[in-house]
Order: sequence, then C-alpha cells, then structure tokens
Amino acid sequence: MGRTISARDDSGAESGRNASGSTAHVVLVTGVSRFLGARVATALEADPRIERVIGVDTVPPGTPLGRTEFVRVDIRTPSIAKVIASADVDTVVHLNLVTAPAGPRPKMKELNVIGTMQLLAACQRSPDMRKLVVRSSAAVYGASPRDHAVFSEMDEPVEAPSSGYAKDAVEIEGYVRGLKRRRSDLKVSVLRFASFLGPGVDSPLTRYFRMPVVPTVLGFDPRLQFVHEDDGIEVLRRMIVEDHPGTYNVAGDGVLLLSQALRRAGRPSVPMPAATLSALGDAGRRLPSMSAFSPELLRWLTYGRVVDTARLVKELAWRPKYGSEAAFGEFVQAQGLSRRIPVELFDRLTGGLGNSG
Amino acid sequence: MDAHGSFASAGTGKDADVIPINVGRHAATPEPEPSDLERRIASGLAFLRRRLTGEYEVDEFGFDPEFNSTLVLPIARALYEHWFRVEVHGLKNLPADGGALIVANHSGTLPLDGLMLQVGVHDNAGRDLRLLGADLIYQVPMLGHLSRKSGHTLACQADAARLLDKGELVGVFPEGFKGVGKPFHDRYKLQRFGRGGFVGTALRAQTPVIPCAIVGAEEIYPKIADLRPLARLFGFPYFPITPTFPLFGLFGLIPLPSKWVIQFGEPVPMGDYDAAAADDPITLFNLTDHVREIIQQMLYDTLLKRGPAFF
Repeated sequence: MGRTISARDDSGAESGRNASGSTAHVVLVTGVSRFLGARVATALEADPRIERVIGVDTVPPGTPLGRTEFVRVDIRTPSIAKVIASADVDTVVHLNLVTAPAGPRPKMKELNVIGTMQLLAACQRSPDMRKLVVRSSAAVYGASPRDHAVFSEMDEPVEAPSSGYAKDAVEIEGYVRGLKRRRSDLKVSVLRFASFLGPGVDSPLTRYFRMPVVPTVLGFDPRLQFVHEDDGIEVLRRMIVEDHPGTYNVAGDGVLLLSQALRRAGRPSVPMPAATLSALGDAGRRLPSMSAFSPELLRWLTYGRVVDTARLVKELAWRPKYGSEAAFGEFVQAQGLSRRIPVELFDRLTGGLGNSG
Repeated sequence: MDAHGSFASAGTGKDADVIPINVGRHAATPEPEPSDLERRIASGLAFLRRRLTGEYEVDEFGFDPEFNSTLVLPIARALYEHWFRVEVHGLKNLPADGGALIVANHSGTLPLDGLMLQVGVHDNAGRDLRLLGADLIYQVPMLGHLSRKSGHTLACQADAARLLDKGELVGVFPEGFKGVGKPFHDRYKLQRFGRGGFVGTALRAQTPVIPCAIVGAEEIYPKIADLRPLARLFGFPYFPITPTFPLFGLFGLIPLPSKWVIQFGEPVPMGDYDAAAADDPITLFNLTDHVREIIQQMLYDTLLKRGPAFF
C-alpha cells in the first residue's frame, strides 16, 4: 500500500503549478486512515484540478483509497518534512486531531501537539507551501456556566479548557497562529467543528448515545450542536479548493437540548449526579468494554456549547445541508437506535387523541 | 430559519411510522363536534406527545416557547393574578415588535419580580420577555436550564446584544444582587446600577431603553437580617432572615401576598446618540443616571398610587 513518493515525483514536478491561480495541486492529508481523512481524500480525488492527493498516517487505511497515494509516516517525526519537500506539496490539510481518548493521555497529547509542531515546522520550511487547512474543534471554547450563550470566532472563553483534546486544540491553534506570523504568505484556514454526527461517525459521542441506558447529568440540560459528516467534508473541500483564510466555526443550524435529542431518539436515560457520572467515566477508561467518557465530554454534557456560524455562511455563501436536528436524526436512523415504543404506547393509551392536534 | 425547515422534515419523517395507527382509529369513529373539555384534553395530550417525542424547538439560547407558555407561565400566572393581584400600567410604552431593553428595579429577596414581569409582558403585550440573569443561576442544577427554557440567559454584553439584534424584548435588573437582597428598611431605594453596561448595549444596538418600576416585590419576603456565615457556607450572596423564614421552615418560603403594580415609563430613545457614544464613559454615566432617576421617580409615584401594601 505504501507507494513511495519519489517514484512519481519527477513526472509531477514540471507542471508549472505555481503559475496558475489559487487551486491546490498537490494536497497532503494527515490522518488519512481515519474516517474524516479518508472521506476528505476521496472528495479531493474526484476533483480533476488536483494533481495529487497524498495521504499520511501511522497505520494503513482500512478502506481502499482511490488515486490517493498513501505514505506511512508518523507526523511526529521529521520525516514528514521530507515527504512535503520531495512531493512539492502546496496544500496541507491537517485532520489528525485525535479526539477519542483511545490510549493513555500522554500519547494522545503527543499525537496532537507534537505531531502538529513537526508538521507545521515542515510547512514553514517548504517554499512550495501555499495553504494550510487545520481541523480544530469548537471544544476550544470550553463549556462553563459563566460563558455567554453563543460563541463567535472572536470570543475567548471565561474558562479555557484545561484537559484532553480541547486543550490540545487550543495549543494547536496557538502553533498555527505562530506559523501564520512567520509565513504571512500562507493562506491558513482553521475550522472549529462542532461534534460530528452521521451514519459513518464513530466517536466517544456516538458511543455515548448508543449506551443501552444513557446517563445524563442531574439537573442540567445542555444545548448541543452537531455537524453532519457530509457537511463537514464539504466545508473542508471548499476550504482546500478555494481560498478562505481565517478561523471559522462549523456547525449545523439550530440547537438541540440533550433531553430533546434523547426523546427524539427514543433513548431511555437516567439522570445521575455529576460526581457519579465522572466516576463512571473513569471506570469506563479502565474497562475497555465500557463506554468511556472524558472530562471534556462530561463538561459538554453538563453545560453544552453553541457556536455562531454566521462567518462561515457568509464566507462560503453556503449553509450546511443538515441542521443539528437533521444530523442527529440521520445518525439515529443509521444506527437503528430509534425506538418508538413509548410513543406507540402513548398513542395506544390515549387512543391517538394526542396525535390529532 | 433554516433550522425550522429541517426540523419540520425530520418531524414528519418520524411521524410516518406512527400515523397509520391513528388514521385507522379516526376512520373507525365518526367524529362528533368536540366539546370544549374534549378539545382541551386533546390539546393537552398533543402537548404531552410532542414532549415525549422531542418534536419542539428551542432557540440558540435554549428558549423553549412551548414549555414556557404551557408549564412555566401558567404557574407564574396563578401567583400573578390571585396572590399578588398585579396591575400593569403604561403598556403603550412597550413596542409591538423590534428590540427594546426594559430596565427595572430589583427586589424581593427571591427574584419573583422577574417572573411576574415576564407574565405581565407576555399577557399584556403578547411578547416573550428575555431576562438577563446572574451567573449564579446557571451554576445551580435545575435552575439554570429552567431559566434558559423560559427564555432567559446570562447577563453579559454579548448575549444582550445578540438578543437585541434579533429584535427581542430584553429585560435587565442592573442593581443585581444589591437590589434583590437589600434589607427591608432600604425598600424602594434604588441601588447602584452596576457599571452601566446596559446603556452601552442599548446604544450599540440602537434600541430604546424602557424604564420600569415594580412595586410590591419589596414586601414579599421582608429581609430583616442577613446570616453572612451561612451565606458564605452555601455560596449564596446572602442568607436572609424574614419574619417567617427560617422560623416556619419551608412555609416561610410562601411569599407574603402584597399588592403589586408594574409601571412602564416612556422609552428613553437612544437614536439621538451615535454608536460611538457607547465608548464614551461620560455619556454612559450620564445616561445611566438619567434612567436611574426616572425609575426612582416612577417608584415613588407608583408607591403612592398603590396605597397600602397588602390590600
């Protein structure tokens, strides 16, 4: 699978790509073996203007990639610089933000932060680099009861996230800003995604919703936003093939409350004190069979978070196809989670009276 | 707005698997003219069904209009009509649409005045009042999301500006805890108006400020002393001693049935100033004082008009 770069390098070098406008020609996608990376690579393959799509990751992709050239390289090592230099990469799409606490925390931090540092260092050196698209997360805004209701890109949270991938995302954005200062010629787009949902997504959040009985935080009903995978990929694609430098929130329109989402899915839920839930989350990390949820997820499930996507909508002149409710609905349907027993029982008991109004 | 569209489509998609059962039932029974009671039962059941299936909407602040008008307001309205016998004056000063900032005095030890103002505005002007609440509310389990569901949000410049830009009617109590927790002997004396942030917000949004005097809330829980150590222990801004609380335990939480009057004053237009004035502290201080004086004067006038506190 790991085709070497140098084999095809000579043929691609002479295409005079720097002369033609803004479109990306050689795109490097990090985290290509993971769901988002693979989907973005596939979307880019379909674009004839893009000469080469190079996917890098530490593990081979699970699904076959089309004309994407897979290079097995760890972005935490300097060899990523060689890949970028030898293939004359002009666009780097950094999707390798690990949000699922799969292994020990230090490893996750190293993947996220050190990986980004190495990648950005390589980008800074490369004379061909024109554009950098970074997947960040709306988690950079944290979640707290003292924050205002809707975050726009300019806002700073009252309490910056202090743990997990949210903290990593804040640091990653810091390094990206640093690179932007040093290479002002680069077009840098940073995308702060709300939680991905959809038929293909597997994340701590989807595992949370799939629990047989969904635990919620007693006395709190957070406002949630989701972005459908298709919309997320479309935003990334547009950012790659068009120039939209800046930082953007990405989320589906509308807001769902957690209680509302669970009712729509017909999921049974049980409210628990926050301390119990956090103990459960800790236990889940130790027992791989249990669903683990991290402190960041717990805070999100307590206080929720809503971002303002006006800047993205204006810049792209485009709206996400799926609102938060629709994205959630798609996810529920694809997972076959929806159980309508309570509703059917209700209709049976009331003789359908309630359904007529 | 787009959210509405997607919402509707999701809703019908879900209905699809249940409708046939009901269709069958309806076809089997020829429908007689439903009586008033039947209609109310049916609408109550429809409400329950929507709650059960999650087929309702909330806005980005977490406001759930259906929950608010079906559960919160009726309970508050019972207090409003039968306990406090609230009278509302100066309704012509409330705009029928568009953003405006209602600035009111705060009192009563527990912020029931916010709830009564909400009922008064909703029932008389047909608009949902979006109050700006203290951050303490959003840290307390239950209270935080109940407050959001009934349309309120955290008191901060960003939320206030966003609501005003959306053309909402926003209510604010600039005195904050200093007002709601002041001792009984200071009743109807306006406290400091925070830092005047509300004037800046109204100036930037170019929306009028509507002064509002609420008379009656001062007498519901007359706070005659404050147990500081207990307040610190629980993290409350104050721990009140009233003639009935904590003497009668939970019964002491029943508010005294004072007579209330809510008076809306003439809007203070902000259009005479340009948005740059919002960055001029002197203008802000002057305007804040101006609004404060208007409300203080309205309080004295309304207090006289009301007469005795309880009858």
